[in-house]
Amino acid sequence: MQIYLPIAEVSVIAFLLLGLGGLVGVLSGMCGVGGGFLMTPLLFFIGIPPAVAVATEANQIVASSFSGVLAHLRRKTVDLRMGTVLLIGGLIGAALGVLLFNYLKSLGQVDLLVRLCYVVFLGVIGGLMFIESLNAIRKTQKGTVLPKRKKHGLIHKLPFKMRFRVSGLYISVIPPLLVGLCVGVLAAIMGVGGGFIMVPAMIYLLGMPTKVVVGTSLFQIIFVTGFTTMLHATTNYTVDVMLAVLLLVGGVIGAQIGTRIGVKMKAEQLRILLAMMVLAVCGKLAFDLLVMPAELYSVGAAGGH
Amino acid sequence: MRWLLALCLMVLPAAAEEVVLGLSQDEVAITTSFDGSEILIFGAIKRDAPPPPGNLGVLVTIAGPAEPVSVRRKERRYGIWVNTDEVQLDGAPSYYAVATSAPLDDILSITENLEHRVTVPSLLRGLTVPASVLDASAYVAALIRVRQAAGVYQELEGQVVVDQQSLFRTRIALPAALTEGAYQTRILLTRDGEVVSRYETTIEVRKVGLERWLFTMSRENPFWYGIMSLAIAIAAGWGASAAFSFIRN
Repeated sequence: MQIYLPIAEVSVIAFLLLGLGGLVGVLSGMCGVGGGFLMTPLLFFIGIPPAVAVATEANQIVASSFSGVLAHLRRKTVDLRMGTVLLIGGLIGAALGVLLFNYLKSLGQVDLLVRLCYVVFLGVIGGLMFIESLNAIRKTQKGTVLPKRKKHGLIHKLPFKMRFRVSGLYISVIPPLLVGLCVGVLAAIMGVGGGFIMVPAMIYLLGMPTKVVVGTSLFQIIFVTGFTTMLHATTNYTVDVMLAVLLLVGGVIGAQIGTRIGVKMKAEQLRILLAMMVLAVCGKLAFDLLVMPAELYSVGAAGGH
Repeated sequence: MRWLLALCLMVLPAAAEEVVLGLSQDEVAITTSFDGSEILIFGAIKRDAPPPPGNLGVLVTIAGPAEPVSVRRKERRYGIWVNTDEVQLDGAPSYYAVATSAPLDDILSITENLEHRVTVPSLLRGLTVPASVLDASAYVAALIRVRQAAGVYQELEGQVVVDQQSLFRTRIALPAALTEGAYQTRILLTRDGEVVSRYETTIEVRKVGLERWLFTMSRENPFWYGIMSLAIAIAAGWGASAAFSFIRN
């Protein structure tokens, strides 16, 4: 069944979108990631204009994060105070990101920016995850687990300290603000929630306990992606509701199935699977940038001047 | 007798043959399930006298609304392919198809092609190109190449069927990705390469129903459109988690 997307102005197969949403949903349910960083490039591959893909994906992430954060609120694993600090940084970052996005759009370089961001981040994250999970598998085979140490570095010398009771931390607000800012910029440019960057940053940089990390990052992501959606909708008119609905119907069903599968598999195996997926998408994007295209010219709508 | 002949000669080129046209539809509605459309264009050639001598040709063209486009060229910079140069072209139709009853060169002379701007290259000769651009023709050629490859510019030689010198018909496929607007449709009748009659009409292409409503809202009330998108997303997220926890219990 073909469906015509009113904003993207392309006709696509509805079941393909449902399937993509479902596939990414299964993966995100299995691995506990948002899946935006996989979905947006997949949308590029099926011919959705990048600007529409990025803006619409932000909207879809609101849906999946909202359903996730409800579960975490019930379990009381959300640090609202930390979430709010991250959020303030995130909103500033998102505004900067959309400004940058629109500036590059007027130069005709937005596709390049989005693709480059993807290649770099997917490459780095995928590579790190792959190595880390290989090591983890090796360690579990040996049967030794390294104990975690509390570090007292530069972060503890910064001013404007604040107490975060749920996380059991007393640290400066500057690092979480900066983390939020970076994630906000990425959310606006790449159409991702940024969980895949924020979660490691919260654990390793801020030293937050693992059990509150996912809930808190989801809390922040809802508002930042919601804000990004509004910015794209009002400045670029690129949010396609029809596309978002199809993706999130597939996505929420897939996520529930993925969660069931995830329980039955080992964490390291899951992460290796995810890492390989990420590297595959990264490879395809990099290949397109590096190999001489068959057609050197491209035709786009004039605008932005 | 003499004045009769003179009268005939005066009247002949203007109204000897005329096109009477029919369209299978004069409006194309883009609905949710729209995946392209095929338009049947048919008609008859009206004559007051027996067909004049000369090779008959029928040409049908459809042109979508023109909108400014920017053509960008990629170049290799630091090992990756980057858009470097950009040229804005004004006046290129978003869609163009020309269907003919025989190979184009046989039924249309070069001067008439230029005069009536029938083929894609002659149609795009009049494009407004910024004066600062040196190799504008390369960009125009690229525009034609890209759009022909995408099936947006079509040359359908020999696709017009002419019966007994008087009835003609053709089918022209409109792609799924259509721009809204008035599609100018022309029928040209030629004798030995010269245009003897010309008929014009328009086909309206517009989004309808839900498509129309969403598109208009996204442009006219972007704020509320954004709020609506978020509300749908939050409702779907909440609904899904509620539904699945209900199933589990």
